[in-house]
Amino acid sequence: MIVSTQKPLDQILAALEGAARVFIIGCAKCATVCKAGGEEEVFRMQDELTAAGKEVTGTIVIDETCHMLRTGRDLRSRKEQVEEADFLLVLSCGAGIQSVAEACNQKVVAGTDSKFLGNIRRFGQFEQRCSLCGDCRLNDTGGICPVTVCPKGLLNGPCGGMEDGNCEVDRTNRCAWVTIYERLEQQGRVENLHRTTASRDFTHKRHPHHLKLEK
Amino acid sequence: MPTVLSRKMGDNSFIITAELAPPHGSDMSTFLRMAAFVAAHVDAINITDNQGANMRMTPLTAAALLVREGIEPIMQLTCRDRNRLALQSDLLGAAAMGINNLLALTGDDIGCGDHRQGRAVFDLDSVLLLRTIQALNAGRDMNGKALAGHTSFFTGAAAAPEVEPFAATRPKLAKKSAAGARFFQTQAIFDPQRLAGFCSTVQPLNVKVIAGVLVLKSAKMADFINRNIPGLKIPAAVVERLASAADPAAEGVRIATELALQCRELCDGVHLMAMGRDEVVPEIVAALK
Repeated sequence: MIVSTQKPLDQILAALEGAARVFIIGCAKCATVCKAGGEEEVFRMQDELTAAGKEVTGTIVIDETCHMLRTGRDLRSRKEQVEEADFLLVLSCGAGIQSVAEACNQKVVAGTDSKFLGNIRRFGQFEQRCSLCGDCRLNDTGGICPVTVCPKGLLNGPCGGMEDGNCEVDRTNRCAWVTIYERLEQQGRVENLHRTTASRDFTHKRHPHHLKLEK
Repeated sequence: MPTVLSRKMGDNSFIITAELAPPHGSDMSTFLRMAAFVAAHVDAINITDNQGANMRMTPLTAAALLVREGIEPIMQLTCRDRNRLALQSDLLGAAAMGINNLLALTGDDIGCGDHRQGRAVFDLDSVLLLRTIQALNAGRDMNGKALAGHTSFFTGAAAAPEVEPFAATRPKLAKKSAAGARFFQTQAIFDPQRLAGFCSTVQPLNVKVIAGVLVLKSAKMADFINRNIPGLKIPAAVVERLASAADPAAEGVRIATELALQCRELCDGVHLMAMGRDEVVPEIVAALK
């Protein structure tokens, strides 16, 4: 899922400067799970904006704001409330915010910062394991991604900052390459590590990405 | 032309290197004075590359100025601040300036230094940088395109003999050797026995081992290093020895000298990290002669 966090209220209010009427949009998927823009957060935001002297013309929690057609359809179903508003405040990931911006001509305010593609450890606890590099190497690394889990994204083993198996950048984290070594050793596949991995092909990271499936 | 360093390694001479950081500014006077002073006592001087992710003059210029002064540099080059184009173009520039010893490094994390908000690059890693240098030496860029004039770098890499778990670092050391590393300049060592173990482990790689020897000034400095410098870990016994010494600065030189003397029996050279106290280098070197 896409992990996002809500921007501090003062930043949101600053972005809404001059707006009397606001329509609030949340997302029923990722932003709900990470509590940045689910029903609960949308209602709380409504209270906070009201307390700050704004009129909230309406709220909606869309089932996947990243779904562009659905977002357009849902906003049309609330046309009057949307058009009454000076600003649409969107509490979803950056993808959802842009679905909203494309679906109508209203001014859009982003109420969140999108952080990472996250695995869910347990409720309210997220960890980045994949950085969508477009060139998966997990087959060679025991199912542990060095591109993501190593802060330097090193492809050929640990850097000189590893200490007691921990990472130079954050000593509370295990070094990705030590973890990979231990996993492969346990599986009898350490020989994987003796092959030099070629440099990354960053053409896979050229954006914006598009994908259109064949019919 | 082979470098003094490569020739001496070929002769199995005991190598002594030191290191200097380029200035944080454009004034070279102190740097060149220190370089001239240190150069009289060592075989080559490492020129660090934005060490600890702290911004300084490019090592390319600092090393080139040493060449002009007749001093042999080992230019350090990290993957943190340059992508593959910048690395190769700086390498060609270094070759054109007569810089022929190179230490290929990954680079400390940008969060350690004084420009923490910057974007770290790591387009290549140290193994891939070594491979790239190997290609340039063979007259081709990393994509195989022929160069108008090859490079002749004598290349080294870093190693950490005392790191745990050491086994996890071994495959990378082998890859560095396969990618053309001819010498390892190690992280600071404190335990000669572990250095001996390291040397026998890497012996099949046929890479010279230049052991890192740190010159400490005080227990406070040791604590600071333990907290802030990645990959440097000073054992409690050493910190204690500095703390209880009447003259900690002199004790630091004694500790370094003792270690350097032990290294002479165990490996191919020492790399003196004087941490800005370059004036003590002659004393340590004299003890080794």
